[in-house]
Amino acid sequence: MNMLIQNGRVIDPASGFDSVTDLYLDQGRIVAIGAAPAGFKEEITLDAKGLTVMPGLVDLAARLGEPGGEHKNKLQSELKAAVAGGVTTLCAMPDTKPALDQPSLVQMLRQKTEALGLARVLPLGALTRSLEGTELTEFAKLREAGCVAFSQADAPLADTRVLYRAMQYAATYGIALRLRPQDVCLAAGGVAHDGQVATRLGLPAVPAVAETVAIATIVILMRDSGACVHLERISTQEGVAMIAAARADGLKLTCDVSINHVHLADTDIGYFDSNMRLSPPLRSVRDRDAIQQGLLDGTITAICSDHTPVGNDDKLLPFGEAAAGATGLEILLPLVLAWAEQKQIALPIALAKITSAPAMLLGLEAGQIKVGAPADLCIFDAHATWRVAAETLISNGKHTPFVGVELRGRVQYTLVGGHIAYTEPGAA
Amino acid sequence: MYNPQLNQHGELIHLLSTEGLPARILRQILDKAAGYVAAGEAGEKKHADLAGKSVFNLFFENSTRTRTTFEIAQKRLSADVHSLNIQASSTAKGETLLDTIHNLEAMGADMFVVRHAESGAPFLIAKHVKPGVAVVNAGDGRHAHPTQALLDMYTIRHFKGDFQNLTVAIVGDILHSRVARSQIHALTTLGCPEVRVIGPKTLLPRDVEQLGVQVFHDLNEGLKGVDVVIALRLQNERMNGALLPSANEFNQFYGLSKEKLALAKPDAIVMHPGPMNRGVEIDSAVADGAQSVILDQVTFGIAVRMAVMSILSEARL
Repeated sequence: MNMLIQNGRVIDPASGFDSVTDLYLDQGRIVAIGAAPAGFKEEITLDAKGLTVMPGLVDLAARLGEPGGEHKNKLQSELKAAVAGGVTTLCAMPDTKPALDQPSLVQMLRQKTEALGLARVLPLGALTRSLEGTELTEFAKLREAGCVAFSQADAPLADTRVLYRAMQYAATYGIALRLRPQDVCLAAGGVAHDGQVATRLGLPAVPAVAETVAIATIVILMRDSGACVHLERISTQEGVAMIAAARADGLKLTCDVSINHVHLADTDIGYFDSNMRLSPPLRSVRDRDAIQQGLLDGTITAICSDHTPVGNDDKLLPFGEAAAGATGLEILLPLVLAWAEQKQIALPIALAKITSAPAMLLGLEAGQIKVGAPADLCIFDAHATWRVAAETLISNGKHTPFVGVELRGRVQYTLVGGHIAYTEPGAA
Repeated sequence: MYNPQLNQHGELIHLLSTEGLPARILRQILDKAAGYVAAGEAGEKKHADLAGKSVFNLFFENSTRTRTTFEIAQKRLSADVHSLNIQASSTAKGETLLDTIHNLEAMGADMFVVRHAESGAPFLIAKHVKPGVAVVNAGDGRHAHPTQALLDMYTIRHFKGDFQNLTVAIVGDILHSRVARSQIHALTTLGCPEVRVIGPKTLLPRDVEQLGVQVFHDLNEGLKGVDVVIALRLQNERMNGALLPSANEFNQFYGLSKEKLALAKPDAIVMHPGPMNRGVEIDSAVADGAQSVILDQVTFGIAVRMAVMSILSEARL
């Protein structure tokens, strides 16, 4: 089926292209920009006048709740949430129940997600069996089954020798690792950033050194093993500086940050608001500013949603007992737009952090608007405002630090491989 | 940000923390407590302030002294008192904290006195109770123990008159102490110009000076010229391990002895929230000495808790 998307403001973050024009789609790909190719006859015309057309979002980390949440049909709800948020490709975190540690589980997840025809799902394999941190999983077989990288998620990996072996083994096959830099012992029992707020609230703290010690270890082991590592969810100023230094020194080290940490700091915890209970913990304002700077100077490759649906029973608890995590797929784009607006960042630069940059990291064709690229598109109204509310979120996860906040930017259509995977109720 | 402890009239509806309360409310509590102390001395122990009110003491964490003094205070105010040993009942069966609260509300609870191992638990409860139901924090995690701090303020005011010219030193395990945090907020709110915290780096929380205190690692330096010395309890589980090498070494460098106390002002008073580890954070010669007001703290504690609960019962909806 072919389609004409007319009169939209087309932004391609990879090239910096930003202009009102037409897009021509055929067989799931973009076939022309501006003028129709010879003999093109559109079957569907989508009027994007007043709307912005950008590549579909590529999210490096989201939790879909399956395997484990089949009884609540979580895969479907979370992937619907993804396309409602303009996300067309996402990496599924392996900390499911059971963990994504066997090829059969990965194949099943892929089959189910492909059958749904919503967002594209790239599974991350569990780094260790059951994420217990002791035995490696079958990296090579899991990669054949579809895993794009391997991660320990937030599960502890206390044994540095296992980490070292994992890096050596992954390097053998050129397999990429995703590592959350957090020293297990230094972080033990902590629920908030070690600073003025945790001191005032009497919350057990995670010191910044829990992150920096882990980064130092990983950097040293990378140099030795030649492993390809991407660091997940950086949270500290010192961590950003260490990664910048390692990169300047020639190490191919990349990292991402969650959108929550771009906007928030520990001072937002207020009176023990468990919606602010996240992992890594919200750090100081100084750390948050360093993260924003790291995004702009390129030290931090991408912003992810770190989408983690948490039920009421796990969230309506005292801060330290509440489960960490927040829903994020449906608010990632407006929150990136808000960041761009607050800091006066050109849209292509800000949007690259959720499209072309993560796509390039993953080696995907997606994440850009150019002739020949897959027609994975997000079409949104940059002026529409809406209030984040539990009852209107599609995701099973209703908890986010941004509940009640008014955001600007609402997705109207999401296209995956040229077909319309989402239409905003009320869109023309 | 709204203050969950006050209503729209600025009246106290929950006592969760001494932080963020206006000095006016703290003084109101101390003044009211003084009334109960005076009445008690005149032989009038029983009052009708909470007659017909159902008060539930929910101790999710063990306590003997605090729970007993709350119960005495409630009975002196003629409340219907219900004390639940939560560890042995509902939560063991998997009931959530808020389910427990809603069930007790359905039984007609007017006030909850809560102790919980998690910092902030009383805030969660206060956020979810019906209007008119009051929550008193009887100690949450490392966060706050406001009635203890208020009885300490009462004791200081009783012996020292006012706070305007005082130097107060808090000694020991500040990191894990909800008492210390509540004392610091109460002292700074009431106008105490100099609050010192004294302890080794492993027992002081990061950025503690941002609470408005001066940090000392040397007890001898920190005690010089102070008017009030507060020794904190060192929990048994902190005495050996990575925080401290031994109780013995702690006693030698941070324990309150007669010699060290001599560095403070001659009329300095010595306080301790109890229960004491004699020979660890405080020597018996000091605990039982002429400058000790530790048993006065216990006595005043009942009047202060009566004052808190009476004031809470008067708040408008």
